[in-house]
Amino acid sequence: MNEAIFDIVLATSAVLLVAAAIAAGLRIVRGPAAADRVIALDMLSLLGVAAAGLAALVADSVAFVDIALGVALVGFLATVAFAGYIAHGNIPASRPDAAAERRP
Amino acid sequence: MSQWIGAVLLLGGSIVCLFAAIGVLRLPDFFMRMHAATKAGVAGAGLVLLGVAAFDGSTATWIKAMLAVFFLLVTTPVAGHLIGRAGYVSGVPLWRGTSEDALDGVLPRTNIIDETPDDAPDHLGTTRAP
Repeated sequence: MNEAIFDIVLATSAVLLVAAAIAAGLRIVRGPAAADRVIALDMLSLLGVAAAGLAALVADSVAFVDIALGVALVGFLATVAFAGYIAHGNIPASRPDAAAERRP
Repeated sequence: MSQWIGAVLLLGGSIVCLFAAIGVLRLPDFFMRMHAATKAGVAGAGLVLLGVAAFDGSTATWIKAMLAVFFLLVTTPVAGHLIGRAGYVSGVPLWRGTSEDALDGVLPRTNIIDETPDDAPDHLGTTRAP
């Protein structure tokens, strides 16, 4: 009885996380600015942390919690590196033909 | 008992993660998307990790999960601040309903992008007349 309920909980969580990953992936595809894509990538890495935690329960292996920690570390470093590139590098924020004068 | 708490935390965390991703997809400008991804995303992932620890129940898992949650709580605000600043400096447009730009004149902005009508419609319905 309990096992069946917990299986349903795990499956529901996995479905919700996949739906969230699809939404974040759509934002990566749509853009429009490079910063939008980076923040969607950050969201994907957070979803990866949650998915690694879920995998620890599905596979019944505690080692996946360490992987969650590692994914969190890599996602943080990736976001910081991309932020440095966007602020100081030569990545155009969006299509160059979309530039216009500034709003007051 | 602790397994039921873990189940509730898992489901709650997954739902908050889904809300965060929907916010990233639907909110109308970059800064609101950053707000959704950093705050709600950390809450969702942290709740899932706590749910895993409550499910498993061993001390080692609790320590590792709390370490991961602490790490997320420390690093994600830093990452959100950096990417928000980088987006502002690189000229990501503000939403047209924005009433005040507190960073105007504080941070330099280069090659401001025209505010293109994104896929996100004005669903908040509060567009201000100029």
